[in-house]
Amino acid sequence: MKFFLKKFLDLIPTLFGISLICFVMIRLIPGDPVLNLVGERGVDPARYAEMKHALGLDRSIPLQFWYFIKNAVSGNLGTSIVSNNSVWAEFIERFPATFELGTFALFFATIIGIPLGIYAAIKRNSFFDYFLMSSSLVGYSMPIFWWGLILILVFSVKLGLTPVSGRIELTFDIPVFTGLYLIDTLQSSVVKSEGFAPFWSALKHLILPSIALGTIPLAVIARMTRSSMLEVLGEDYIRTAKAKGMSKTRVVYIHALRNALVPIVTTLALLFGSIITGAILTETIFSWPGIGKWIVQSITSRDYPVIQGGVLIISFVIVMTNIIVDVIYYFLNPKMRN
Amino acid sequence: MKIFFNELYFELKKNRGAMIGIVIIFLSVIIALSAPLIAPHNPTEVFADALRLPPSFIEGGNAKFFFGTDDIGRDLLSRLIYGSRISLAVGFSVVVIALITGTFLGVVAGFYGGIIDRVIMRFTDLIMSLPSILFAIVIVAVLGPGIMNAIFAVAVVSVPNFIRIIRAQVMAEKNRQYVSAAKLFGASNFRIMFVEILPNCMAPLIVQASLGFSDGILNVAALGFLGLGAQAPMSEWGTMLSDARSFIESSPWMVTLPGVCILVTVLSFNLLGDGLRDALDPRLKKQN
Amino acid sequence: MSDTLLNVEKLNIFFKSDKNPEPIHAVRDLSFSLKQGEMLGVVGESGSGKSITNLALMGILGDSAIIKADKCTFNNRDLLTIKESEWQKVRGGEISMIFQDPMTALNPFLTIEFQLVETILAHINCSKKEAHERAIDLLAQVGITSPKDRLKAYPFELSGGMAQRVMIAMAISTGPKLLIADEPTTALDVTIQKQILTLIKSLQEKNNMSVILVTHDLGVVSEFSERIQVMYAGEIVESGNTSDLISHHSHPYTYGLLSSRPGAIERIPKSMLPSIPGIVPAFHERPIGCQFNPRCPNVQSDCKTGAIAFSNGLRCLHPVTDKKL
Repeated sequence: MKFFLKKFLDLIPTLFGISLICFVMIRLIPGDPVLNLVGERGVDPARYAEMKHALGLDRSIPLQFWYFIKNAVSGNLGTSIVSNNSVWAEFIERFPATFELGTFALFFATIIGIPLGIYAAIKRNSFFDYFLMSSSLVGYSMPIFWWGLILILVFSVKLGLTPVSGRIELTFDIPVFTGLYLIDTLQSSVVKSEGFAPFWSALKHLILPSIALGTIPLAVIARMTRSSMLEVLGEDYIRTAKAKGMSKTRVVYIHALRNALVPIVTTLALLFGSIITGAILTETIFSWPGIGKWIVQSITSRDYPVIQGGVLIISFVIVMTNIIVDVIYYFLNPKMRN
Repeated sequence: MKIFFNELYFELKKNRGAMIGIVIIFLSVIIALSAPLIAPHNPTEVFADALRLPPSFIEGGNAKFFFGTDDIGRDLLSRLIYGSRISLAVGFSVVVIALITGTFLGVVAGFYGGIIDRVIMRFTDLIMSLPSILFAIVIVAVLGPGIMNAIFAVAVVSVPNFIRIIRAQVMAEKNRQYVSAAKLFGASNFRIMFVEILPNCMAPLIVQASLGFSDGILNVAALGFLGLGAQAPMSEWGTMLSDARSFIESSPWMVTLPGVCILVTVLSFNLLGDGLRDALDPRLKKQN
Repeated sequence: MSDTLLNVEKLNIFFKSDKNPEPIHAVRDLSFSLKQGEMLGVVGESGSGKSITNLALMGILGDSAIIKADKCTFNNRDLLTIKESEWQKVRGGEISMIFQDPMTALNPFLTIEFQLVETILAHINCSKKEAHERAIDLLAQVGITSPKDRLKAYPFELSGGMAQRVMIAMAISTGPKLLIADEPTTALDVTIQKQILTLIKSLQEKNNMSVILVTHDLGVVSEFSERIQVMYAGEIVESGNTSDLISHHSHPYTYGLLSSRPGAIERIPKSMLPSIPGIVPAFHERPIGCQFNPRCPNVQSDCKTGAIAFSNGLRCLHPVTDKKL
């Protein structure tokens, strides 16, 4: 119990700091904050005063900050200059796309990375081991935006296997249910009793961006798994398990892997940040309508309310994820419970 | 100190990857420094009649432009060579700024502890809670696009790593006897921190510097790709990739080559950093 | 009538090494046998090869080890030629091993119950419920109070002595014919040591189980084992019945071990305790001739020329003959 309490108490100053940064940042931008936040220029004084009051910028700075936080907590993060929609609504509309992409990418990275790492640890110093280590090093030295382009070049342009952009063929009209196209297309196909073409289309659109986004996490996970497994396999209790007559599979998967997974879970937490980073770049390349592309576009179009609100929400999501990972770690490691 | 570097080099030589990294870095520096001499053309010179030519060894290419030309007729090879100047300069600047700032803050935090430490760590955690690119983008959004702002932004997000590493090392060292001895001799805090303790923290610093170089290049290239870093007509590799996007079908070499350059450069620093880490690790244990 | 359970003849163990082109000869021409129900005490310092021999007998030495022997039979099985699938039945089922530090030898992430039950289920055909019951019974047998509650505990929640008892319970759970105890009490408090050794002894007698008790403490071994084997630098230098060996100690090394126990020989109070000067040679730095010759007080020129043969339980040309102990 004390553990959870401490975690939540730590959360508050962090969120406070992030809100402060977002708040201050907008006011640091060259130019008049009122005009920046509304996006108009050359307004007459009366209208200017009106806008200023509407934005609450006629209050004192501390009061402004208080209202900023108050509004943020209730979901009011301002209005986008470009689209005139509420920032929050735009986020909600786009978040599922990034969530689907990120989850699929992480899934790909874990499903392939962990077994590769285990195998490399078992067959230490073999050709496979060296090959894996070198390729993973190349993997995280690559610029992700270039890698995405190369994948498009090979699979979409030259081989014509996958589409170049978007989430689904535009001819399909899918009722948005969860926002996760894989689920929505399945649900729609079942309800309408039509073929599964929309599902396959969604899947085809998802594969390449996921591979692009998931490559660096794959490299990191494979390395981490290998070194963690090697460390665990050298422990005394592994020798005991062998001496008890446990089969090699059992020793690796039940005795070793469980203990080796602990640092891997921590790595996954760190990877989440890199997924968001990668998503920003990957979504731009694949024209994937998620929050990454949203933030980039808002910067190039000087949509300040979106930048301010978007960064705030994204940071909040990341901080929450880190806490969730800490909780999972707590449950995985019995030693922590005492 | 000299013995330290001699021993380090000896250990490092054993690691083949690190040696390859050093060779590549060395070559890159040579290329970057001698760019005006070895580049066949001026990187900004436009050849209006030679738009989007493929590399000379492919059908349709022109021997005058070894790697072909880009969409407005500039020689790719020359642009890539000048690009190495930018990337190496960028990596260097980022590391220098982050290292000096991070080391200073880390030493102060580790040495004084207490509230100074808490404040600095809060600040560090805050920066680290945002993904690096996002924060860098935000900073550039505030300051405006451009390569100098990009370098500054990337340096800011690189600082926390340095702070953490130095602080940990300082905290381990400050209870050692030579520190108590220095205090007894009346050395000022400043002297103890920077003259006594800091030289013993070189090992992790060097590793982080090498890895920070590669991260710095990648991050600035990413900003360039998003249009927030180096601006035209600068031939920064990331910016070149962004220009090449529209021509992925017609001129794939425009896409492939700058990325390969980034990859090789970053890889060489990662190899070096990994090698340094392996070479210094047993040393770290020996030191303790 | 107990017959020979384990028979080892001329066991040689080599290790492949990155640093040396030649494999290192760690254990040489080791020959010994063990009867059913008998406890053999193996004494030696670190580097004598005693632990390596145990691991070799279990077949878990690892890929860098090369094992050669004229004969290595256990319970009428040829250990040199059995396949991996058969090994898994032998390990933990017919030969069990307990290790020095129970806190690291038990898996910290699995409960006691899990580790006990999996051992039982792997070797005995019974239901999970029966295995569970058997586990409780075993914990009681090794002297753990309220065994039912202890089952759900993790190893780090137990004291060193209790954890070692759990290891012993795990080892005997399958009714093995041979228990190899590799320095089982070295990591424990002195007060606990005796309890654990008495427990092992009682299990030996109750189940007619053979035991190989490995230790560096000659006192321990003389109190509990029927036979003793002294190892030095990869060879057996002396072996025999406990009572004979202690009273008729002949090898200078054995004599050195016996006399270095405080109070063993009469000496002037406050003078230095007798000890054996020097250290055990490293695997790749072994001397020619008798392995002990650099440290031996009785050394003579013929000790340094060629390998010394093992006869009548002794590998020595100039044994200690006056018995002051």
